[in-house]
Amino acid sequence: MLFSPSIMALVLVSATVSLLILMAAAFALQVTLRWDIHSGSERQLQLERRTYLISTIVAYSFTAELVALLLFIYNAEQMSSQFVGAMCATGVLNINEFGWPTLYLKMAVFFAGAVWLMLNYADNRAYDYPLIKIKYGLLLLIAPLVVAELLVQVSYFSALDPDIITSCCGSLFTPEGEGVAAEVSGVEPATALYALAGSGVSILITGGWFLVRGRGAVAFAALNSIGFFVALIAIVSMIALYVYEHPHHHCPFCILKGGHEFIGYYLYIPLFLSTAFGLGAGVIAPFAKYPSLQQIIKADSRRYVTAALMLMLCFYLVAGFAVGTSSLTMMEVWW
Amino acid sequence: MQTIKLEQVKKIFHQGRPNEFCAIHGIDLTIEPHYTTVLKGPSGSGKTTLLSMIGCLSRPTSGRITIGGDMLSGLPERFMTEIRRKTFGFIFKQFNLIKGLTVLENVMLPAYPLAPNHAALKQHALQLLDQFGLVSKATLNVEFLSGGEAQRTAICRAMINDPEILIADEPTANLDTKLSREFMALIQQLVDQGTTVILTSHDPEVYESPVIDRVVEMRDGLLESL
Amino acid sequence: MKSFFLKQRYLIDFTLSSLLRRSGKNIGLLLVYTLIVFMLASVMLFTHALRNEAGHVLAESPEIILQRMIAGRHDLIPGGYLEKIGQVRGVMEKHGRLWGYFFDPAIKANYTLMVPRDRSLGEGEIVVGAGIARTRGVGIGDILSFRSADSRTFSFRVMDILQSDSELVSSDLILLSEAQFRDFFGIPEGFYTDLVLRVRNPKELRTIAEKLTLKLPDTRPILRDEIMRTYDSIFSWRQGIVFILMAGAILAFVIFAWDKASGLSAEERKEIGILKAIGWETADVIRMKFWEGFIISISAFLLGYLLAYLHVFYASAGLFESVLKGWAVLYPEFQPIPYIDGLQVATLFFFTVFPYTVATIIPIWRAAITDPDTVMR
Ligand SMILES: Nc1ncnc2c1ncn2[C@@H]1O[C@H](COP(=O)(O)OP(=O)(O)O)[C@@H](O)[C@H]1O
Ligand SMILES: [Mg+2]
Repeated sequence: MLFSPSIMALVLVSATVSLLILMAAAFALQVTLRWDIHSGSERQLQLERRTYLISTIVAYSFTAELVALLLFIYNAEQMSSQFVGAMCATGVLNINEFGWPTLYLKMAVFFAGAVWLMLNYADNRAYDYPLIKIKYGLLLLIAPLVVAELLVQVSYFSALDPDIITSCCGSLFTPEGEGVAAEVSGVEPATALYALAGSGVSILITGGWFLVRGRGAVAFAALNSIGFFVALIAIVSMIALYVYEHPHHHCPFCILKGGHEFIGYYLYIPLFLSTAFGLGAGVIAPFAKYPSLQQIIKADSRRYVTAALMLMLCFYLVAGFAVGTSSLTMMEVWW
Repeated sequence: MQTIKLEQVKKIFHQGRPNEFCAIHGIDLTIEPHYTTVLKGPSGSGKTTLLSMIGCLSRPTSGRITIGGDMLSGLPERFMTEIRRKTFGFIFKQFNLIKGLTVLENVMLPAYPLAPNHAALKQHALQLLDQFGLVSKATLNVEFLSGGEAQRTAICRAMINDPEILIADEPTANLDTKLSREFMALIQQLVDQGTTVILTSHDPEVYESPVIDRVVEMRDGLLESL
Repeated sequence: MKSFFLKQRYLIDFTLSSLLRRSGKNIGLLLVYTLIVFMLASVMLFTHALRNEAGHVLAESPEIILQRMIAGRHDLIPGGYLEKIGQVRGVMEKHGRLWGYFFDPAIKANYTLMVPRDRSLGEGEIVVGAGIARTRGVGIGDILSFRSADSRTFSFRVMDILQSDSELVSSDLILLSEAQFRDFFGIPEGFYTDLVLRVRNPKELRTIAEKLTLKLPDTRPILRDEIMRTYDSIFSWRQGIVFILMAGAILAFVIFAWDKASGLSAEERKEIGILKAIGWETADVIRMKFWEGFIISISAFLLGYLLAYLHVFYASAGLFESVLKGWAVLYPEFQPIPYIDGLQVATLFFFTVFPYTVATIIPIWRAAITDPDTVMR
């Protein structure tokens, strides 16, 4: 089962990225331990030059991971034809206990990498590199996450047994079932709609407030992150139903299929990017206390908050479009 | 334009290794704006090393370099580069033009990382080429230039970002007497426009030229007189 | 934001001109790179096309095939089993099939003989696949003679040649009447090769199959979905094997790329020194080099993929047709329907562009940290 080219590609990427990140982490450790910004020595110069290598490695690795996340989902979609009972990615992820953790770890790596790059980008423009210890410390924390992703993913793929009869979205995302997926599917569509609207308004208000007053980035990041989960819940409990035009089909993956014009990608990509920018704005904001970073962070977080707002708006527009153009009418049933 | 101040500037190569070598032994120097200064001294006396530290091409091992009161010496390379490309223009001993590119492209090259408007940049480059009598060569590849033309191209390239300070390391080393004189005349033009010029040379054509306001003599990594 | 794009434009401009200036060195890299992409892409497109083709065939085949097993081997099944099955809910239609293989010593190839249900043929009449017609050089109206197992000679007149969009399957096919088939192979009346059942609702397949094994314990039901699944995994498995075999080539390519990227010529080294001296920052040089890799990668990828596309879809994958397809003599003129799959492209990207990029990170960085004062010395 491990022999499919896409699976090999995914493992190749994770393994390479793990190696690269471990290497970067080792450099980062060296740099942190010997860093002396006031020294004019050749060693300090070499350390400074190392920082370029670390940034480059992380940026490349992260980009690869981002593409790999898409490939992972797409691959799971396609492999559903090879397993009894699998109709979409849900079934393929369900095959063993490592499927979902792999997906979650990939998502975690995505957000961690995005935030780290934003932090690094800000710090690199301050003449005294005030965050050097913090950001490299953070990199040391991200490294195990990347390695964990590799290990869990390998466990997942090597335990893919075509004889296993898996259960798919029909039984997982159903209000009658048990577990988080069932809970989420069981959320009343009306509740989901109100929550989605509420979260959208609160994000808009805090974001607007930040853009006008330059304060509250952390609150914005927090609300934006909550908004991320609210949006995911809303997709499962409500938006998906409109996409499928079926009152009981709750799957978060089937919307990625060509039969639904790939609308899932238009929903998820802005949502994920918005959350990443929101998180970035929130994480860098507290460091504005460093004098050399003040202006930089002010400019950066404005940009990130704006981007997060725009992308969130895209998500809402696509979601609205999906609901609006659907021929499913649940007017009397739900509200 | 601001004053450049050097305090106890030292440069040690290969520090901490057996081939450790101290090229500059602790120099104090002040360079006033709008002056034309020449660093004069025998080969190996540390002129180039000192010049590259002033021009932010390298960092002193210890000591301070300030420009208009801003510390340069403690800055990471990244920020030194930023200051360097806005403040200094460079002319090297070998002309160091990039072969295979045209005169115009070579002149525009230092501006690329600053991402100015392309039309404006081209306009500016052509204007400089015009000033130094090179417009007709603009689309010629640099390997077909004569020594004097190459030198003038190098001047244009040094001036493309409108630097306040022009730095030239033995600019006449590859020129004959006539061309050296012409070069000094071009320097005069730039000085008249308000550019501060710092040169190194052991060529009398340079340090005896009327353009020069001040000669700083160096020997074995130290200043001989002020 | 605008200045960001403008800056990238300047960097790309410079990169393009510097690539052109060193076209000799870069062409070699481009060729090797393109070749790697071409090989991998050809394998992927080809196996994928095969799988699609198989899928087409299976789509028309019955949902359940019932075979009789005797001593663990496939045997003739009595027609009476059709009545024994009786009424099973969900089964729309059931009937017996007659088919078999015949080895033709004249061209050393296996034919598939089959009794069609949608066509009635008379005594001495056959319809042949295009592959047979080609290799035996027969046309409509010509006579083909075969020797049966009991050494009788049968002569058949070719009534028609099968023109199918999926030649892969029909190429070696011979259709003949039931009576002729039984006579030729000596199969007694009332026996069939297997039975087929058509089922409309795929969800009922498993229950129907279970019922069948209970009713007829000496039979084995084969589900179309199961075959399809097996095909899917066999094809991706095959691709995987080829990729593993090609891992050596990819590795060699990575080393080659690393070597190319770190072995800068004196002139390139000097050029980077000049750029740094005149005010390019380390990150600018890295970015410039990134674009260089990007341009090379994109060119090689597009070129390699395009060539592979033409190779597989317009040149019948001439280079390794016989390797991957499995039967040699009768091989059909394979003209698969052109098709591009996103997953494939992404996978191919990770097998080529990604290793190349990783291999060049450190050499690029090394070049970019050149001391800016080197040109002064
Ligand atoms: N990168 C270097 N490594 C080691 N020694 C150097 C380096 N650059 C210059 N030097 C030494 O420093 C001294 C001064 O060199 P330089 O400044 O080039 O002198 P000048 O320009 O006056 O001829 C010389 O002895 C030279 O050998
Ligand atoms: Mg010198």
